[in-house]
Amino acid sequence: MSTLTPVGGSALLPGRPAVSLRSNRPRHGETFVRFLLRVAAILTIVITGGILIALLVPSIEFFRTVSVFDFLFGDRWAPRFADASFGVLPLVTATAWTSGIALLVAIPLGLGAAVFLSEYAKPGLRKVLKPVLEILAGIPTVVFGLFALQFVQATVFRGLFDLDTGAFSVLAAGLVMGVMIVPTIASISEDAMSAVPLSMRQGSAALGANRMQTTVRVVFPAALSGIIAAIVLGVSRAVGETMIVAIAAGGQARIVTGPLEQGQTMTGFIANAALGDSRVGSLEYDTLFAVGLLLFLVTLLFNFISIRFVRRFREIY
Amino acid sequence: MPTKTRAASYTTGSDQKPTIHFPAEHAERSAALPTVPNAIIECKDVNVYYNAFRAVTGVDLSFGSKEITALIGPSGCGKSTLLRSLNRMNDLIDGARVEGSVTFQGEDIYHKEVDAIEVRRRIGMVFQKPNPFPKSIYDNIAYGPRVIGLKASNMDDLVEEALTRAALWPEVKDKLKQSAFGLSGGQQQRLCIARTIAVKPDVILMDEPCSSLDPIATSRIEDLMYELREDYTIIIVTHNMQQAARVADRTAFFTALASEETGDRTGLLVEYDLTKKIFESPADQRTEDYISGRFG
Amino acid sequence: MTFLTTGLGAHIRSASIHGKVRGGEHSARSVLFLIALWLCLFVAFGVLLTLIITTLIDGFSRLDSRLVTEYPASAPERAGLRPAILGSIWVIGATALLTIPLGVAAAVHLEEFADRKKWFNRAIELNVQNLAAVPSIVYGLLALGFLALLGVQNKNIVIGGALALGLLVLPVIIISTREALRGVPLEIRQGSLALGATPLQTVWRQTLPASVPGIATGAILGLSRALGEAAPLLVLGALVFVSFDPNGLLSGYTTMPIQIFNWTSRPQAEFHELASAGSILLLLILLAMNGLAIFIRNRYQQRW
Ligand SMILES: Nc1ncnc2c1ncn2[C@@H]1O[C@H](COP(=O)(O)OP(=O)(O)O)[C@@H](O)[C@H]1O
Ligand SMILES: [Mg+2]
Repeated sequence: MSTLTPVGGSALLPGRPAVSLRSNRPRHGETFVRFLLRVAAILTIVITGGILIALLVPSIEFFRTVSVFDFLFGDRWAPRFADASFGVLPLVTATAWTSGIALLVAIPLGLGAAVFLSEYAKPGLRKVLKPVLEILAGIPTVVFGLFALQFVQATVFRGLFDLDTGAFSVLAAGLVMGVMIVPTIASISEDAMSAVPLSMRQGSAALGANRMQTTVRVVFPAALSGIIAAIVLGVSRAVGETMIVAIAAGGQARIVTGPLEQGQTMTGFIANAALGDSRVGSLEYDTLFAVGLLLFLVTLLFNFISIRFVRRFREIY
Repeated sequence: MPTKTRAASYTTGSDQKPTIHFPAEHAERSAALPTVPNAIIECKDVNVYYNAFRAVTGVDLSFGSKEITALIGPSGCGKSTLLRSLNRMNDLIDGARVEGSVTFQGEDIYHKEVDAIEVRRRIGMVFQKPNPFPKSIYDNIAYGPRVIGLKASNMDDLVEEALTRAALWPEVKDKLKQSAFGLSGGQQQRLCIARTIAVKPDVILMDEPCSSLDPIATSRIEDLMYELREDYTIIIVTHNMQQAARVADRTAFFTALASEETGDRTGLLVEYDLTKKIFESPADQRTEDYISGRFG
Repeated sequence: MTFLTTGLGAHIRSASIHGKVRGGEHSARSVLFLIALWLCLFVAFGVLLTLIITTLIDGFSRLDSRLVTEYPASAPERAGLRPAILGSIWVIGATALLTIPLGVAAAVHLEEFADRKKWFNRAIELNVQNLAAVPSIVYGLLALGFLALLGVQNKNIVIGGALALGLLVLPVIIISTREALRGVPLEIRQGSLALGATPLQTVWRQTLPASVPGIATGAILGLSRALGEAAPLLVLGALVFVSFDPNGLLSGYTTMPIQIFNWTSRPQAEFHELASAGSILLLLILLAMNGLAIFIRNRYQQRW
């Protein structure tokens, strides 16, 4: 007799299953493992909560000593001096300069590269360029920093152009940071433009528009929310980038008024201050977290804006 | 000019639109149902919903043990939906909900204490597109017995037997360790049947198992179904009426009707009888139209 | 510059089918536009190429065996990366052990089990997307605060660095694992469930094994990002003079990017050469990792 005859079939009494369908072995193991998976997912929320708590607790300590107003609007940053002052504006201006310069570089270059890859490049070329772009996006930022310091600032600015600048400048840091962000902006906006349906391009071409007109008037507007998301994410990366500015922008916290000046950014301050071994609970230690909190909130804002625009884009296509 | 065309097609459309009142239709049809001796699965007033949309309405249907039952009807009339509700595969679809009762050997499979996994173990399923696992032929067969913890004294023998019963053994016995993806479409589908047999179910559900196969592969599967009927109950959805006529003991004909209020199309059972009766002297005009190719 | 002109020519030829109506493909604006696009690509790649070339030129003279065998020293000609390389291996190894299981587990829950209609699960998804864009230095502050909370005095320990980098990489792993899981066709899951397998068995024996290449690719890319990362470790005090081989999870350490940063900030030119040489080594390792990731993706990814 075959071993493969059905379980219930032969012993079948009408209306009475041979083996009940009700589970006689509760799957505790299964339930437990699924619980663990759930915990792992929830942990990501815990991490965000952890970040907030880790930043908030010392920050609250900090704001007991320094008023929020003095912190946000004070124009002198000198946490280690005898007559300490905690106006964050110098750090903010340096961050604004480096990020602004970076975006001036990254937005046109990134979008240009994206338009080229999405609208003009032959599939073969695109297949080569995209992974190359991805690999370039993985160059460590210390290497970019070293390049900004030694080549851009020392060799080009001071050597070649003989510019009136010191060993560091927000311009060198910003320019190189811009190049670093190009792959991010290019890759996300290329995805957005490639997702625009071919039929829209054909419709435009059928009306006699050439490729440039189609790109500028049809593809670009259609992909706009995706492109904005890419740019906003680029802003967030520029504001949060540490090593390039720590190496090439300089270490003096002053209000920055020109691109050839040096300046300490928010991230640059955190990186630098962490070097000096500050005692847990000291004001110096709390200062780190106050600046970190400001940085986190700024990037959080940009991230949510970016995610919003990506959502909107996904909904359309 | 364009306006005119649109208007014309609109009138034709509304002329052809069948007007049906569900409750009346339902009552009339149930009375005509033949009794199935030795039923293994029984549906009573089964409604299946996808969220608010009712895909299947008021189905009363019994499936005879060790018989082949065919479900036929135009596409979109809810055959697959009904089939999936027989082994709780609908549980896996977001928003799908079954009302009414489906019993297997007298036990309500939707009872809250019933284990859907046990239901699927006893009521296996073969899909429209062959879906072998990305594993070796051997592991495809051995997978089911392994996961359900079937005590097989010798897995090799079990694999051989399942493949033999699915009429695949001679073709694959020398390449058991090779990937199942290397098989032809028809072989893959027989592998899927063998895989299902290996867990010793009582019932095998098949959702258009031959729709992606050529005629030769199709006829091999039909032969196979006929042999399997010795030990298994088979319920097959098919869009191929000849296939239903060739293999099925009984045939159920479904159709989709648009509701008057919402315009949503919902599936319902029109006629269920011995296959011979359905194909030779259907009681319902719509069945006859469908069988003779005038509709659907 | 030759590629620029040939590219242009090829494009104009291929565009001729579009007709030459008003503002055709040959119009001055169109050509200028295309030149501008080429220029963008050219400048971006040009700068990156310059970066690689200048790094090579600067560091080539110190790219020798001493670089990997020697300890850091005050004399540049005797200094090397040995403890930093070992430190990187320790930290990245610990990061991988910490973050891959966690990331895969979270991804499996979100992709296979979580009900997307529930607001809580959507909040988790949104949160993961946001975590992926949090500045790396903030993860350093998080780890710093966490270690302080535990009362750990010496924060420069391997497990502390791994904690910061692990949290940094976690969203990358989750996102790429979800993508890999999504690539496994529904039919495979249905086939398994129809045989009476439980949902977890289906994940463990079908869906996950089929996604291993995608997960591995994502994990390698994520870890290569961690390998190049310096900022969070800087916050944790990894910029120290380490003249011993790290030997455990509680051991002190420094890593390659940190040591490079250290050399960058020295005034002597010889240290800058050393930094460049270290950068070349780091770039080579990262290139190898990226290459491996792309290879795995192309070679082992299941074509359905
Ligand atoms: N997963 C689903 N979600 C929502 N609606 C579905 C789903 N599957 C099928 N339907 C709808 O249910 C109806 C019946 O579909 P189906 O059972 O596949 O019909 P058949 O197999 O007879 O062609 C159709 O209107 C179809 O659009
Ligand atoms: Mg169907």
